[in-house]
Amino acid sequence: MTETLAETTAEAEEQLPEFPMPRAAGCPFDPPPTTRALHTERPVTRVRLWDGSAPWLVTGYADQRALLSDPRVSAEATLPGYPHASAGVRENAKQRRSFLTMDDPEHARIRRMVTGPFAIKRIEALRPEIQKITDDLIDAMLAGPTPVDLVHALALPLPSLVICKLLGVPYEDHDFFQRNSSVLINRHSSVEDMVGANEALTDYLEGLVTAKLADPADDMLSELAGRVRAGELTQRDAANMGVLLLVAGHETTANMIALGTVALLENPDQLAVLRETDDPKAVARAVEELLRYLTIVHNGRRRVALEDIEIGGETIRAGDGIIVYTGTGNWDAEVFPEPERLDIGRDARRHIAFGFGVHQCLGQPLARLELQVVYGTLYRRIPTLRLATGIDQLPFKDDGFVYGVYELPVTWTS
Amino acid sequence: MSGAGGGAGSGEDKGVTMRVEVDVPKCVASGQCVMIAPDVFDQREEDGIVVLLDERPASELHADVRESAVVCPAAAIRVVEK
Repeated sequence: MTETLAETTAEAEEQLPEFPMPRAAGCPFDPPPTTRALHTERPVTRVRLWDGSAPWLVTGYADQRALLSDPRVSAEATLPGYPHASAGVRENAKQRRSFLTMDDPEHARIRRMVTGPFAIKRIEALRPEIQKITDDLIDAMLAGPTPVDLVHALALPLPSLVICKLLGVPYEDHDFFQRNSSVLINRHSSVEDMVGANEALTDYLEGLVTAKLADPADDMLSELAGRVRAGELTQRDAANMGVLLLVAGHETTANMIALGTVALLENPDQLAVLRETDDPKAVARAVEELLRYLTIVHNGRRRVALEDIEIGGETIRAGDGIIVYTGTGNWDAEVFPEPERLDIGRDARRHIAFGFGVHQCLGQPLARLELQVVYGTLYRRIPTLRLATGIDQLPFKDDGFVYGVYELPVTWTS
Repeated sequence: MSGAGGGAGSGEDKGVTMRVEVDVPKCVASGQCVMIAPDVFDQREEDGIVVLLDERPASELHADVRESAVVCPAAAIRVVEK
């Protein structure tokens, strides 16, 4: 008995690798080397988190798809064993539930309230408007001095303007919501800051929903206000959904625009192909490859097992936390040969950069359209675009739940 | 499962019959099937849930339909081939 106890303690204190793992210096696009090594050696294995807990880390593509679409795996963040990304995230999960962290059937009921506006044809109808916003922002860049920070000149304002229009959020408030969003997606944010940012954004969105109740417009917040009036949602729930859509709607695409540009500038042969093509399908293919190659949501998709699950030669027990690191899944050589090569001609549509299973990104058609427009426009209009600093000088977002660069100084030959 | 392929109309499907089924309650409206095979799949206006346009697609569409089933995050597309 004593011996069993001792063994259990020893096992619990076993030296497990800490997660998240650091990327290698000089290889800003590669998934962390330790995570890649685990994918080869132990594709389903325990790791240690910030709070001492030891969830499973899953690194291979097939296992990841299997788990993310397995009904025995829950996204419910209030369940014991759920592997939270930080103390602040855990605190906010207690106070705010969104469909992101619900299971079906509740998840499906709420998610379907906001899926209509993201349907392919409705999003495609926005193309001329997104093209105009992109052209206007690039005009302003070309009219101004160099070097310019591409993040603040184009990458951030473009998706922010678009999601504001879709939701019915005044873009004039962008300093406020961008500042609070950046707190929410940083793993070093204190609990106090995290809770404060969440409350500030939720209060702000609740105010907008209240205004839309009295004076509805043709936007998503007005639709949600209609759900409140019909008794399907509380005003706070509607505000929570608004926060989720607003934060997810601008942060992710902004990082793809900036980091994608860095990756293309580092791969001039690929950039040349993209710049020269007139084929919208070739641009769309390049977008999928950049989504795969960069997999910017790099904090792992977090779940908890509801039952015992056999996978990758291991048994995940009911109640165990699960982290699916899609960065290595998208670099799985069995699915994407030579994964470390950025090849915009490859068919990368099977990537899981938007996740997989019922929680797969709601806004993916919008993200794709925005990226197709930007990647298809920026390098043609500014063919001599280049970094105004060394790549090793760029401030990469290693501390963010979404990867990217904080600033991207660029210049060109006028 | 290589990264290649995905193109339609190789001709190898001549004589193969395909029947497509969609599981509407499972659909999460990711829209990937509409993006890949717009002649076979569409979405409801109100919530983006899948609408099957062509239950027996022609052979030149088979590759795209198979790809749609593979990428569907909710496993809501079933393809039966004979």
